[in-house]
Amino acid sequence: MTSTSQTQDSSEILVSSASLFQVRGVTKTYVMGEVTVEALRSVDLDLYEGEFVVLLGPSGSGKSTLLNILGGLDVPSSGQVIFQRQDLTTANDRTLTRFRRQSVGFVFQFYNLIPSLTARENVALVTDIAPQPMHPREALERVQLGNRINHFPAQLSGGEQQRVAIARAIAKRPQVLLCDEPTGALDFQTGKLVLEALAQVNQDLGTTTAVITHNAGIAAMADRVITMRSGEIVTVQQNETKVSPGELEW
Amino acid sequence: MSVLDQKLMRDLLHLRGQVIAISLIVACGIACLVTMLSAYDSLQLSQQTYYDRYRFADVFVQLKRAPDSLAARIAEIPGVQRVQTRVVVDVNLDVPELKEPATGRLISIPEQQMPMLNDLFIRKGQYIELGRRKQVLVSEVFAQANQLKIGNTLDAVINERWQQLQIVGVALSPEYVYEIRGTELFPDNQRFGVIWMGREALGTAFDLDGAFNDVALSLMPGANQADVIFRLDQLLKPYGGLGAYERADQISHQFINSEIESLAATAVMVPTVFLGIAAFLLNLVLARLVSTQRDQIAVLKAFGYDNLTVGLHYLKLVLVITLVGAGLGTVVGIWLGAVITENYARFYHFPVLQYRAGIQIIVTAIGVSGGAAVLGTFTAVKQAVSLPPAEAMRPEPPAIFRRTILERMGIQQFVPPVGQIILRNLERRSLQAGLAILGIAAAVAILVIGRYFEDATNYMVEAQFRQVQREDMTLVFNEPLPSRARYELTHLPGVMQAEPFRAVPARLRFQHQTRLSGLTGLDPQGELRRLLNQDLRPVSLPDTGVVLTSKLAEILGVTVGDPLTVEVLEGERPTRTVPVVGLVDELIGLGAYMDIHALNQLMREGQTLSGAYLTVDAYHLDQLYAQLKQTPAVASVALRERVITEFQKTIGGSFAIFTTVLVIFASVIAFGVVYNVARIALSERSRELATLRIIGFTQGEIAAILLGEQAIVTIVAIPCGFALGFGLAALITRAYDWELFRFPLIVTPASYAFAFIVITLAALGSGWLIRRQLNHLDLIAVLKTRE
Repeated sequence: MTSTSQTQDSSEILVSSASLFQVRGVTKTYVMGEVTVEALRSVDLDLYEGEFVVLLGPSGSGKSTLLNILGGLDVPSSGQVIFQRQDLTTANDRTLTRFRRQSVGFVFQFYNLIPSLTARENVALVTDIAPQPMHPREALERVQLGNRINHFPAQLSGGEQQRVAIARAIAKRPQVLLCDEPTGALDFQTGKLVLEALAQVNQDLGTTTAVITHNAGIAAMADRVITMRSGEIVTVQQNETKVSPGELEW
Repeated sequence: MSVLDQKLMRDLLHLRGQVIAISLIVACGIACLVTMLSAYDSLQLSQQTYYDRYRFADVFVQLKRAPDSLAARIAEIPGVQRVQTRVVVDVNLDVPELKEPATGRLISIPEQQMPMLNDLFIRKGQYIELGRRKQVLVSEVFAQANQLKIGNTLDAVINERWQQLQIVGVALSPEYVYEIRGTELFPDNQRFGVIWMGREALGTAFDLDGAFNDVALSLMPGANQADVIFRLDQLLKPYGGLGAYERADQISHQFINSEIESLAATAVMVPTVFLGIAAFLLNLVLARLVSTQRDQIAVLKAFGYDNLTVGLHYLKLVLVITLVGAGLGTVVGIWLGAVITENYARFYHFPVLQYRAGIQIIVTAIGVSGGAAVLGTFTAVKQAVSLPPAEAMRPEPPAIFRRTILERMGIQQFVPPVGQIILRNLERRSLQAGLAILGIAAAVAILVIGRYFEDATNYMVEAQFRQVQREDMTLVFNEPLPSRARYELTHLPGVMQAEPFRAVPARLRFQHQTRLSGLTGLDPQGELRRLLNQDLRPVSLPDTGVVLTSKLAEILGVTVGDPLTVEVLEGERPTRTVPVVGLVDELIGLGAYMDIHALNQLMREGQTLSGAYLTVDAYHLDQLYAQLKQTPAVASVALRERVITEFQKTIGGSFAIFTTVLVIFASVIAFGVVYNVARIALSERSRELATLRIIGFTQGEIAAILLGEQAIVTIVAIPCGFALGFGLAALITRAYDWELFRFPLIVTPASYAFAFIVITLAALGSGWLIRRQLNHLDLIAVLKTRE
C-alpha cells in the first residue's frame, strides 16, 4: 500500500494528541441496478483532536462517502469506525442520530439553511437540542455575522449564508466539524472569508475539522492533507507550516 | 405512444398516491351528481308518464253531497276538460291479523271499467264485476303491508254495519303515489289503505245514491285554473263544498314534488363542493409538478417543443386524473342512483319506477368534471407554458419569508424555532393553507349535514309526537257528536283520559290571501294536545280568537292582533272575523287552533266534538281495539306510538344509507386534502427536513414539523367546518320550509363529535402515510444537490 509510510509518520502525532476517529479497513460498496460500485476500498485513517484536515481528490474518489460515514449518515459495508471508543459501524439509527446531534457539526456545499428561519433561529435550531451549546449570538459573532442575526436566508449573500451554516454547525460545540465542499458554490473572495471563519473556529475552539474539496489550493491551510483516488487514500501529507486562508491562492 | 405520453404515464405512476386521492374526490363529486341527476330523472319521468297515462286530475274538491246532475254544470265551467264525480268515504276496517283498527278510504269507481281521471293501474287480479257489490280493489302497498291476497276478505263498517269486502284486484292510482291519510308525514300502510269499490254499492251504502261528494277535474291547456277553482267553489257552495284546490296542493303530489325539487337542488350543491376541492388539489399538485420539472420543461422547449404541446402535456395529466375519477364516479353514481331510486319505491308507488341514467347524464358528468379540472389548473398550466427556456434552466429563487403576525406582535420568544418554521410556512402560503382549511372544513360540514337530517327529523318527531301530541290514540268520528260522547269514551275499556276536539274545514282569509285549512278546537285545559312555541314551552289558548302555526301566519301574511276571516265549510257555513291571538311553532303541517267552546259558539252549535285524544292503559289495549272495531261511529283511529315506529322503520333505514355514503365521501375529502397538502409540503421541503435530520433531529421531530402544519390546518378547519355545517344546515332549514313540514335548525353535540372523530381519523390516516414516507428521506442526496 502506498500509504504505509505515511501512516507510520502520522502515528507519531498520536503521542502528542488523542485519536478522535479510528477508521480501520473500511469499505463501502453500492449496488446500483446491475452495477456494483466500490466507493471505498479498505480505508485506514485516524483523525486527531483539534487538527484541521483537508480531504483532496477528484469527484468519485470516495471522499464524500468517507465523510458521510464519519458523520454517521452512512454505515460502511465492512470495516470499523470508532469514535471515542464508540463503534459507529454497529450503531442503530437512534444512536447515530444522537451522535450527530451531540458530536458532529455539518457544513454543506449549498448551505442548507431553513429558509423560513432567520440566521439566529437557524442556529437556535441546533442550540435548542444540544446539551451544552453556545449562545446563538456568540456563534454568529464568531463568523462575523453579529449584525445580521435577524436576516432570513433570502436576505443574505451566499458567503453569509455559508457562514450562518458554520455558526449553526459550531454552536453545539461539536467535537468534529465536517465540511463538504464548503466553498464549492462561492466565488474566490467569498470562499476565502468562509475558510477564514473555519480556521478561526478550529483555532479558537479546537474543533477537529475535516474539509472535503477538490480545490488543491485550499490544502495549504491544513495540518494534514489526505488525498484520495478511486476509493483509496493515496497520500497523507503533514504540512510543516500552515498558511492562513487570507494568503491562499487558487 | 409518444415519448411525452410515456413521460405522462411515468409522472402519473410517480404521483400515484396523490393521483388516487384526487381521483377519489372527483369520483365522489361525480357519483353524487350522477346519483342525484339519475334519481331526479327517474322520479320525474316515472311521475310524468304515470300522470299522463293515468290522467291525474288538475283540480280537486270535496263536498257534502251533490246530485249527479250537477256534474254537467261543472263541466260547463270554461276551461274544464273532464269531470269525474265520486264518492269518497273513510271507514273503519277490520284487517285479518291486525289487532288495531285500520282506516280504509273507499273511493267509488264506475261499475264497468272505462277510462277515467285518476285511473287505476291494476297490478294483480281484475276490475270489479258488474253487480258484484262486495268486490273491491285494494291499493298495492296496503295489500303488501297486510299480506292481503286476491280472494281475501276485509271487514269494513259501511252504513253503520259490518260488511265483508272481497278483494278481486290490487291497484295503484296517481292520486296516491305517496299513500297517506292526509294529516301525517309518514305513511302507515298497514293502518291506512285505499279501497276502490263500485259506485252503486258505495253510493247506496252512504246515502249517496245518484249523488257524489268528491270531484276531480282536468283542465284544458291554457285554462285559467284560479278562475275554474273560483267558479267551482261558487257552484258547490250550496252542496257543502269544502273548497277546491289545485294539483300543487294535492298531498301525494306535494310530497313527490318536494322530493324532486330537493334532488335537483342537491344535484347542484353537493358536487360543486367536491369538484371545487378536486380543482384546488389538482392545482396544488400541478403547480408543484411544474416547479419540480422546470428543467425538463426548459429542455423540451430548448429542443423545439412549442407551448401548446407543453401545455397540453400537463393538461392531459390533469384530465387523466379527472377522467379516471369521473369514470369511477359515474359507475358508482349509476349504482347508487339505482339504490336510491329503489329506496324511493318504498315511499312512492308507481306502476313502474323505472331507473334511468341517460347518456346525457354521463356526458354532463364528464363535462362538469373536466371543466372543473381545467379551470382549477389553468394557472399552473399557464405557468408551465409561459416559462422561458433559459429561465426554466435556472433553479427557482429561494423562498422569501417574513416575520409572522405573532412576531410583529412581539410574542415570538414563546415559540421555539420548530414552531417558527410551522408558523412562517403557514403564513407564507396562507392562500394554500386557507384553501386547505376550506377543503377540510367542507368535509366536516358534509358530515355535520349528513347527521343534521337525522337530528332534524328526530327532533321533529320528538317535538311533534312526544311534546305536542301526548295522547296514545286519536279517534275521529264519522259525524260530530254531542259532548256526552266524551263520557261514553271514558267508559271504553282501558281509556284513562279523553280530551275532546272539534275540527272543522275552513277557508281562512286575510286581505288577499286565502288558505284552506282545518280549524281545530281544543280543550284549553287539555294535557294531551298542547300548543308549544319554538322552545317547546306551552302557549296558552285564549278563550276567544285563533292561534295559528307560524307557517300558516306567514302564508296568510298575518301577525298577532290582525283580524282573520274564517269561512267555515261545514254545517251552516258561518263566516266570522276572529282576531289572531297567538302563534305556535309546530313543525308539521299548517294549523289553526281555537278554544273548543269558542269554536262551538262560532259554529252556532252546542258542545260538540269531532273526535277525542285518549290515553289508554296498555294492559287493556287489545280489548279496546276489539271494541273500537265494533264501533260504527268511529271513522278512524290513529296511534301515536305506531307513527313513531313506522317512522323509525322506514325513514331511519334511509338515513342509515345516506349517512354511510356521506361519511365515506367526507372521509375521502378529508383524507385527500390532508394527504395532498402534506405530500406536497414533503416534496417541497424534503431538503430542509433532511438537513434537520443530518444535524441531529430525530424522525419524530421532523415529522412534527411537517405534520404539525397539517395538524394546525386540521384543528383550525374543524371549528370552521362546524360553523360551515351549521350555516348549511340553516340554508337547508330554509329550503325545507314547506307547508308539509319544516326542518328545525338542530345540530346535536353528538353530530359535531361524530364529524370531529371522522375527520380526525382521516387526518391521522393520511398523516401516518406521510410519516412512513419520511422514513425514506434520502439524507445524503441533500448534501450534494441544490434544489
